[in-house]
Amino acid sequence: MSDLYAGERETTEGTVYTVTGGDWDTIVEGAADDQRMVVNMGPQHPSTHGVLRLVLELEGETVTSARTVIGYLHTGIEKNMEYRNWTQGVTFVTRMDYLSPIFNETAYCLAVEKLLGIEVPERATVIRVLCMEINRIASHLVWLATGGMELGALTAMTNGFRERELCLDVLEMITGLRMNHAFVRPGGVAQDLPPGAVEKVRELLAVLEERLPLVDQLLTGQPIWQKRLQDVAYLDVQGCLALGVTGPILRSAGLAWDLRKTEPYCGYEGYDFDVPVQTSADGWGRFLVRVAEMNESMKIVSQALDKLVPGPVMVEDKKVAWPAQLALGSDGMGNSLDHVKQIMGTSMEALIHHFKLVTEGFRVPAGQVYVSIESPRGELGVHAVSEGGTRPFRVHVRDPSFVNLQATSAMCEGSLIADSIAAVASIDPVMGGVDR
Amino acid sequence: MSELTPTSTSGFPSLDGSDITPPRPGKDLFGAAFGGDTSGFGGLVPRKEALVSTPKPYGGWFDETVDALEAAWRGFGDNVLRVVVDRGEITLYIKPAAAREIAQVLRDDDNLKFELLSSVSGVDYLTEDTRLHVVYHYTSMTYRRRLRVEAAVTLEDPHLPSVCSVYPTADFQERETWDMFGIVFDGHPALTRILMPDDWVGHPQRKDYPLGGIPVEYKGASIPPPDQRRTYQ
Repeated sequence: MSDLYAGERETTEGTVYTVTGGDWDTIVEGAADDQRMVVNMGPQHPSTHGVLRLVLELEGETVTSARTVIGYLHTGIEKNMEYRNWTQGVTFVTRMDYLSPIFNETAYCLAVEKLLGIEVPERATVIRVLCMEINRIASHLVWLATGGMELGALTAMTNGFRERELCLDVLEMITGLRMNHAFVRPGGVAQDLPPGAVEKVRELLAVLEERLPLVDQLLTGQPIWQKRLQDVAYLDVQGCLALGVTGPILRSAGLAWDLRKTEPYCGYEGYDFDVPVQTSADGWGRFLVRVAEMNESMKIVSQALDKLVPGPVMVEDKKVAWPAQLALGSDGMGNSLDHVKQIMGTSMEALIHHFKLVTEGFRVPAGQVYVSIESPRGELGVHAVSEGGTRPFRVHVRDPSFVNLQATSAMCEGSLIADSIAAVASIDPVMGGVDR
Repeated sequence: MSELTPTSTSGFPSLDGSDITPPRPGKDLFGAAFGGDTSGFGGLVPRKEALVSTPKPYGGWFDETVDALEAAWRGFGDNVLRVVVDRGEITLYIKPAAAREIAQVLRDDDNLKFELLSSVSGVDYLTEDTRLHVVYHYTSMTYRRRLRVEAAVTLEDPHLPSVCSVYPTADFQERETWDMFGIVFDGHPALTRILMPDDWVGHPQRKDYPLGGIPVEYKGASIPPPDQRRTYQ
């Protein structure tokens, strides 16, 4: 059978194909003996959660095969990091999974610190936890917003983004930026909390305490929302483990695997919180898990505020500690005049040291480590290799979105095409993290 | 890009038409052949430590796991080259041909129970003979243990068996490792490029693959791309 969209004509030079667009009649004609139709969804489709391309094979409304095509947002971050020093790596990893930048930074910094064999000060760890949990709430809110929008719940979208903006305001106050913070650095965090930050976080908690139950009231009892999610995108524990799926998807299948509890890092063992678990293993379970996780994160944030005691936020070793003394200038940014005065005016050695550290960076003893933390999407692992230089020899990030996305086929095949939207939404892939 | 072969980067066209050979980290003694060595080694050849195995006992649960693996796997003696314990992590260096076999044992044995294959990735140790390493990170959820398995292949024969049939999660990750390093996983259901375009030539994460980039112009000054910038050493 000749190609419907490329007519052939034999000439003396060989076969000439005339490629044309398809006429609907011809498509129907061609499909008459074969009910399958291949539909390309994405990469620029509003319901595919970013630049994800799904190649769906349909039989009527039923998906018989779903393949994911990724790579549209590949930016070569891992390669780029090999040409920058260890501290600069933070600026790159924060742009991977752009909805959970603090997690990327923390995982990377924990890996670098493990290679260096240093411990960060208590206050820096608490600030990291504080920022991570605010970030987790913000990330889950975006999931709720975009997932809701994809399923037609536009109020969930407006509400989700409204609340998320409040979280980002707080992160902006602490780190200076709404996203892509580059705030967590090897050895601690870039700066101490600014004055008024604690009060602002408490205000945020008060607002969220009032508004998060609204999500419940708006969606949990709503029959349409329930029908769109219940028994959709089913994946049990066995399927999750085989496909390497972690995070809320695994917990919605009944396994309470949360690295904050099972392999505590950053002092999470000292916080009182629960790991929400559901057993329905479907989109509905994932919704309930994520909503409950936001509430648990609020508990952790509030405990972190109580744990804040004055102290340094960067290791004392000046060979590692980034000289990040900054002061607000008239243009809204700038170096600390005191610091500039000291290195320029009083100590030649301090100037040399500052110059060496900033231009060359610190050396990290050779070796390799793997560090994993619980990001909003699952196990975020960083495999860092050093050959003893001032730059990473290799950094690989095991991004949970990348691995979890493999579950798309298992969740979609056999379901209706509308449910495949719900399935992808329930995975919550962030393409920046998937493609890196 | 068409002249670029996976094994050689000579002939990689630069923007102004002249060919650029990328810097080779750890090669030249005081090395700034052109534009400065940006490898971060200060141009010095690091003295390679002899490859040694950590002597037993390894400490902690490491002994238990290694003993269990030795008991469960007949090929242990033949295939495990070295066991290294460093920074509280244990690494088994194995022969590449055994990658699938060890995965099966690690997953199925009751004393090991590594249910989750967390990560598969590659590292290119440019100066070694078997320069392409595949690194597997296994997680045992039952025992809460993590184990790293590393297999190294040469550039000439970059083959090792796929673990997809044991851990389906390796599908995307092996594709990424193929895409970035050109390591071929035999038995993978569809080993195609995943992050780079389908028609891409070369494997970007290899150390002899240049970073590329264009000079940045700002207020009349031109700053060379990152891999050609001068570094202070």
